[in-house]
Amino acid sequence: MGKVSKSPWLLHYDGSSCNGCDIEVLACLTPVYDAERLGVMNTGDPMQADILVITGGINSQNQATVKQLYDQMADPKVVVAIGVCACTGGVFKECYNILGGVDTTIPVDVYVPGCAARPQAIIDGIIKGVEIYNERAAKLESKGGNQ
Amino acid sequence: MGKRSVIPFGPQHPVLPEPIHLDLVVEDERVIEAIPSIGFIHRGLEGLVKKKDFNTMTYIVERTCGICSFQHGMGYCETLEHIMDVEVPDRAKLLRTIWAELNRMHSHLLWLGLLADGFGYENLFYQCWRIREKVLDLHELTAGARLIFSVNKVGGVLRDIDEDKQKIILNTISEVEKELLVIEKTFFNDYTVQSRLKGVGILTKEKAHELGCVGPFARASGLNVDLRKLNYAGYGMIDLEPITSNDCDSYARCYVRLKEIYQSIDIIRQAISKLPADKTISVPVKGNPNGEFITRLEQPRGEAFYYVKANGTPYLDRMRVRTPTFANVLGLCEMLKNTELADVGLLVLTIDPCISCTER
Repeated sequence: MGKVSKSPWLLHYDGSSCNGCDIEVLACLTPVYDAERLGVMNTGDPMQADILVITGGINSQNQATVKQLYDQMADPKVVVAIGVCACTGGVFKECYNILGGVDTTIPVDVYVPGCAARPQAIIDGIIKGVEIYNERAAKLESKGGNQ
Repeated sequence: MGKRSVIPFGPQHPVLPEPIHLDLVVEDERVIEAIPSIGFIHRGLEGLVKKKDFNTMTYIVERTCGICSFQHGMGYCETLEHIMDVEVPDRAKLLRTIWAELNRMHSHLLWLGLLADGFGYENLFYQCWRIREKVLDLHELTAGARLIFSVNKVGGVLRDIDEDKQKIILNTISEVEKELLVIEKTFFNDYTVQSRLKGVGILTKEKAHELGCVGPFARASGLNVDLRKLNYAGYGMIDLEPITSNDCDSYARCYVRLKEIYQSIDIIRQAISKLPADKTISVPVKGNPNGEFITRLEQPRGEAFYYVKANGTPYLDRMRVRTPTFANVLGLCEMLKNTELADVGLLVLTIDPCISCTER
């Protein structure tokens, strides 16, 4: 685990998950796990978010919404897929309405498996996401910053 | 008359963890009409019955919803047990009751937290979720997982709760009860909380009945409906009286759900004291189901029904779940009429929406 030097702001979107991972993401932010001690803050605004946390797979109806949310976020940005459904489609892979994991629509940086993913695993995934975020931010700065 | 405009609400919205989309027709700041559109999380879970055999489907049905997953599994198993004419041992029935009530406790605490977050009382939100973690620890202790714990099977349950664990459950729920008594004061007496909840989002008893509302949402409008009185699982061995309120507003919904946590604590105590000495927790099931049946049960959010049609092979013909949120969305749209735009987020929360269940 690297040093956390930037406070990541999260944007949480429920793809087509069963709610299990969603409430675990929320549980991460509450007293027992308290990801806020790492500076993680849940925001509802995609334009202020650094890390997009997606639970659940992609279906034809939410594909456009996910893409739109990703496009609205400013560079640099990181995508963390939470739960086995977001990684590959999980138990719903064979359902007629599921196109697959989140990586069918947008590039994913960190995969957190589990059904439902445990808060410890989610926090670990977010910290890995922050490392990637810092690398990208440094690279962007060396190029002359965000246009 | 002011100019009418349409404001979209969702699918991604800070107040909701799940995507629901409402088109709000507003006149100045007042909502005239709300038009819901759902389908963002539709997976097609019911279609999987063609591909997975009926035993494997138990684990998939539990993944209909992560919050009330145990009750989904229980409903599906009970339906198949009726079709296959299997009599579940008493101990398994009472164990199911205990897990179902633990599920209800964590669901209601979750909702109270989200409600507090909805009206901007973040501290209260944290307190509710802190207490909720204790219930989740009990899930983990007794079943091995926090949310989706797959202890149901057709013919009984997979794990027993021994005496040491029973003691831990009893101690923990007493702690939860004590801490709830502290929080209750804020929910019931705090001036700011009352000003956000009292008299907001009124749904009359007649309307609630007409629109077929279910669960705590209907009980808060004075309808005495509680399917636990149907005596499924081990509820036949337990005394309970449905909690209702005649206030019909958001405050009443908060009141009903908070009081139901105490009721669940009471039911768990009764169920543990009535656990029989016979340690059989499941009976073997042979052959494949043939026939059809409907089971109804009371989830934390209200009535859910399970329909199964089997044809004598391991693969079922049809499996259908009707979930409580689907019944309550109509009530929500009625309730949203003539409310302030600022209250919409909170009012959507008061029906305790579980969109994942609804769209499957």
